[in-house]
Amino acid sequence: MIRIDHLTKTFGKFTAAADISLSLARGESLALWGSNGAGKTTIIRCVLGLLSFQGTIRVGGRDVARDGKRARSLIGYVPQELAFYDDLRVWEAITLFARLKNVARVDLDATLDHVGIPDQGGKRIRELSGGMKQRLALAIALLGDPPLLVLDEVTASLDVCGRAELVALLGRLSGQGRSLLFASHRADEVTSLAQRVLMLDKGKATAEVPVSQFVARLGAGSVLHLHMPEPSRPIAIELLRGHGFAPTLNGVGILVPVPATQKAVPLRLLAEARLSVDDFELLSPRDASLSQENHA
Amino acid sequence: MSAATLPSSDVIPAHAPGMISNILTLAWRELRDALRARSFLLYSLAFLALGLGVSYVSAAGTGSLGLSGFGRTTAGLINIVLLVVPLMALTTGASAIAGDRERGMLLFLLAQPVSRLEVVLGKFLGLSGALIACITLGLGACSLVLAWQGGATEPRTMLWLASLSVLLALSMLSVGMLVSALARKASVAVGTGVFLWLALVFVTDLGIMAGTLALRLPVRSLFFLTLSNPLQAFKMWALHSIDASIDVLGPAGLYAMDTYHDTLPWMFGTSLAAWIVLPLVAAALIFRTRSPV
Repeated sequence: MIRIDHLTKTFGKFTAAADISLSLARGESLALWGSNGAGKTTIIRCVLGLLSFQGTIRVGGRDVARDGKRARSLIGYVPQELAFYDDLRVWEAITLFARLKNVARVDLDATLDHVGIPDQGGKRIRELSGGMKQRLALAIALLGDPPLLVLDEVTASLDVCGRAELVALLGRLSGQGRSLLFASHRADEVTSLAQRVLMLDKGKATAEVPVSQFVARLGAGSVLHLHMPEPSRPIAIELLRGHGFAPTLNGVGILVPVPATQKAVPLRLLAEARLSVDDFELLSPRDASLSQENHA
Repeated sequence: MSAATLPSSDVIPAHAPGMISNILTLAWRELRDALRARSFLLYSLAFLALGLGVSYVSAAGTGSLGLSGFGRTTAGLINIVLLVVPLMALTTGASAIAGDRERGMLLFLLAQPVSRLEVVLGKFLGLSGALIACITLGLGACSLVLAWQGGATEPRTMLWLASLSVLLALSMLSVGMLVSALARKASVAVGTGVFLWLALVFVTDLGIMAGTLALRLPVRSLFFLTLSNPLQAFKMWALHSIDASIDVLGPAGLYAMDTYHDTLPWMFGTSLAAWIVLPLVAAALIFRTRSPV
């Protein structure tokens, strides 16, 4: 879906992205992870063709530098904060962007319902809360059902509840065969949404790892040891993998590496799927490793 | 390797909208936004008030003096157009791109399947529509006042004046958009627009006069220097249309009438057309390379 080869972007003497290469397959999700100034937003803006750059970027096989308009027609973009004509009503904004995206017919109610802001069509954009604006941006991004979603720190301006709701919504959307490229400096978001993580530091890619290794590298995570009946273990593993976790089978259950702020998430996911958990314990990564070795 | 040379399975079909469709969508949005803007309303009211004032006074003063009375009114209206329309068009154009960039809206817009050329042309078209609406409203109201006061009105002349005013507005809008493409901040762009307005309305005339005296410029150079100012090109064309003469403009006018008599309208038209096309092309080229943030 995306192929970036040797992307370098400089602003004067400052190098915002240095020799970045990555690829993202259809249906895959990749997080650009790093602190502020790591180069996440720069990479996203280059993917969108908003900045000139060295190297090549292809979206859906189309060169972003030469065929940007077509490349962007494959992308749904959600910015950190929606900045658009505040006096527009929600339905007007949807209609405007539907035209720009060549979407002939839009079911406004279904579109808004899909992102969790039903009955908001008549409101002006300035009357929406931060979370609602982000959901509107997401609704606009999803117009025309693009195969790739590009998100730039979409929860940065939201409160805790708004953040959790939006991440849950994105989690549901990413599991529909759509590719996801997103920037975040929040480990919980990364582990919830990404399958792979490109770790960035000062414009350089320091590592590209599966999300399970990302958690281990962070060092702040724990391993959740879930005791479950044997028949439900494979289903649980598949479910948790779908939500960005990297569970592994262990003699009496499943080991799930979890970041410090996400310890209860696997339990919630399993409860929602009506998969019973007999018991659980939190292990340090070292203890989990020993436990795995003992059972092997 | 281009997309065309990739295996067909690697290239995902993309359904980007056509250029005309995008330009019209953006133009409609821009027109709607401009007509709702407070600044635009103020400009329209100022233009209307000044135009109506000139019309009323002229009509009241001339009674039924006929065409000469209307000619005087038209000359008054030309001066109003020369003052208000360039200021309105320059500042509108100046805030068009820089304002959107500053508010972060340009980033979101350009992240959609639209090209930068479509954005520039869409904005130009939409704002042109708003300026045309304003000019039509202003001059239309003036015509009605003249008719109501019993003064002689000549719809053809009024229409012609409106058409020339639109050309002047488009040329100044184009210059304003060039300023907007160059500026990082809307306040700087609008400030530069106002400065350019002052320069074109007042300073250029004085500069040409001073240059002519100091450098002893031949009358031919004086005429071409005057012609290079779009405001002067508009004024000469409008006066030429009323009177079939621009003798009132002095030696340069006399020289132009003697030398280029029949081709004068073409020269005025070319000057204004160049002021519409060249800054707009420059704006599009600059906008292509500029960051939207």
